[in-house]
Amino acid sequence: MAIGVKVMKRPTQQTSYLRATLKGMALTFSHLLRPKVTMQYPEEKSSKDWTLSSRWRGTHRMLTDEQGRAKCVACGLCPQICPANCIKLVPGEDEEGHRYPLIYEIDEFRCIFCGYCQEVCPEEAIHVGVHYENSEYSRDRFVYDLERLTAQTHPVSTLWDPSDPKGE
Amino acid sequence: MTFFLITSAIKVLVVVNLILVGVALLTLLERRVCAWMQDRLGPNRVGPQGLLQPAADGLKNFLKEETSPALADKALFTLAPVVSFVPAMLTFGVIPFAAPLPTKWGVVPMVVADLPVGFLYILAISSLGVYGIVLAGWASNNKYALLGGLRASAQMISYEIALGMSTVAVLLLAGNVTLSHVIAQQQAAHAWFIVPLSVSFVIFFISALAETNRLPFDLPEAEGELIAGYHTEYSAMKFSMFYIAEYSNMVTASALMATLFFGGWDIPFTTWDSTGDPSALKTVATLLAFSLKTFAFLFTYIWVRWTLPRFRYDQLMALGWKVLLPLALLYITLLAVAIWFVRIQLGWDYGTRMAWALGGLNLVLLIALVWWLDRGRIVSGSMPQEAA
Repeated sequence: MAIGVKVMKRPTQQTSYLRATLKGMALTFSHLLRPKVTMQYPEEKSSKDWTLSSRWRGTHRMLTDEQGRAKCVACGLCPQICPANCIKLVPGEDEEGHRYPLIYEIDEFRCIFCGYCQEVCPEEAIHVGVHYENSEYSRDRFVYDLERLTAQTHPVSTLWDPSDPKGE
Repeated sequence: MTFFLITSAIKVLVVVNLILVGVALLTLLERRVCAWMQDRLGPNRVGPQGLLQPAADGLKNFLKEETSPALADKALFTLAPVVSFVPAMLTFGVIPFAAPLPTKWGVVPMVVADLPVGFLYILAISSLGVYGIVLAGWASNNKYALLGGLRASAQMISYEIALGMSTVAVLLLAGNVTLSHVIAQQQAAHAWFIVPLSVSFVIFFISALAETNRLPFDLPEAEGELIAGYHTEYSAMKFSMFYIAEYSNMVTASALMATLFFGGWDIPFTTWDSTGDPSALKTVATLLAFSLKTFAFLFTYIWVRWTLPRFRYDQLMALGWKVLLPLALLYITLLAVAIWFVRIQLGWDYGTRMAWALGGLNLVLLIALVWWLDRGRIVSGSMPQEAA
C-alpha cells in the first residue's frame, strides 16, 4: 500500500470491480453501434444537429440596388464605428449630388467581426455574412475591395435582435 | 528433406508477412474501434474505409527524421527496438493455424515449426521481449524512459509467473506441450479446454493483458504520467518497431488463447475438419476458424483498452502477486487432484465426459472466485487504511 493514500470506506456494491467492469464493457460496446456525431467536413457542411447560425458574423458582403450599384452612400458611419479600424472609405459625389464610395476596402485580417458596420449602416448596404471559408494564396487578397464585396453571394447575417434575444 | 526446407521457407515468408500485414490492419482497427466507441468515425480518408491508413503511417515513419539523444548509449539505443521486435516475430512460429494442406509432393502441416517443446518455446521467447523494453528505457538516458523500463521489467516478470502457472493446467490435462497435440486433444474430446479449464483461462487472459503491456496494465507506457514510457526518446522507424512488436505480441497472445483454450483451428460442432483425408478446402475453412477466434480476442483486447482505466502501480503488483499467483497455484493443486481422481479412481480417459465433469468443477470454482472478487476488497486501495 502506498504511503498515506486516503481511501474512502464505501459499501460493497460500489467497490465491486467486476460489476463495474462489466457495466463499462457493455457501455462501450453499446457506443460502438450508436450513430456517430462526426461531420465529414468538406463533403457535408451541416447536419441535422448542427448548422451555421443565421447570426453568424463572417466575411462581409455589400448589397446592391436594382441597377447593380452598391447601396452605399458613403456616409462614413462604418469607418467611424469600426473598432478595428479596418474599413477604408473615400467618398465621391456624382453630378446629381448622389454620394457614392470612390474607394471602399475592408481589411478582413484587421476585422474583428463585431458586426457594428452592419448595425450602423443606414442604407443596409454593408453586411457581415454567414460564411467561413476564406482561404487565399496571399495576404493582400484579404483586403476586399468594393467590386469583391458586391460580388459575394453568401447569405447575410441577421445579427442579434434585442426584441427577440433568443432568436425565436 | 528438400521438401521440408522449401515448405518451411515458404511458410516462414507467408506467416511473417501475414503477421506484419495483420499488425498494420490491427493498428487501423484499434483506431477505428476506439473512434466508434467514442461516437466518432476514426480514420476513413486514406483508401476505402481508411484501409490504406497503415500504409500512410508506415511511409511517414520511414521518412521521418531519426532523433538520437546526445547522451544515449548509442549501441544499446539502436539494439533495443530489434531486441523487442525479433522475439515478437519469432513466437508465432509454433502456433498451428490450419488443418494440414495436401500438395502433390506430400502433406504440409500448417505450422511453421511443430516443435515438441511447443508453448514452452513461446514462454521462453516472449520473455526475451522484456529485454528490448528495459534496454530501451535504460539506453535512452531519460528519467521517464527509465521508469517505464523499470515498470515493464517488474510487471512482465511478475505476470509471466501467473501466465506460466495458468498454462500448467493445460499441461496437466493435455499431458503434452506440443500445440498440435493440444489441439488434437480438444478436437477428440469435442470439448475445448475452456470447458475444463475456464479458471485457468481467466488467469491467462488477465496475465496476457499485462504481458503485452496493454491497458489496464499499460504502466510501462502510461502516457499520462511517463509521457510514453520506455519509447519516449524513440522516433521514426525505431519507434515503429516497438509499435509493431507490441501489436504482434497481441496477435500471438490472442492466437495462443485461441489455441490453448478454444480449440485452435478446430471448427466447432463438426468432426469434418479433423477426421478423414486432408484437403485444401479444410485448410482454408480451418484457417478461417482460427483467424476468427484470434480476431475475437484481438477485438476484446481493444475493447478492454478503451473501457478500463489504468491500474495504479501497487495495485498492479498486488493483483499479480497476491491474487493471480496464489490463485493459479491453488487451481493447479485442485485440478491435479481432480484429474488424479477422475483418471485413476474412476479410470476415465480424457474425453467429453471428463471435460464436462471438470467443467462442472470449474463452474463451482468460478462462482466462488467471482463471489470472492466481488467483495471489492481484492485490489488494495479499495481497502480502508488501518489506523496509523
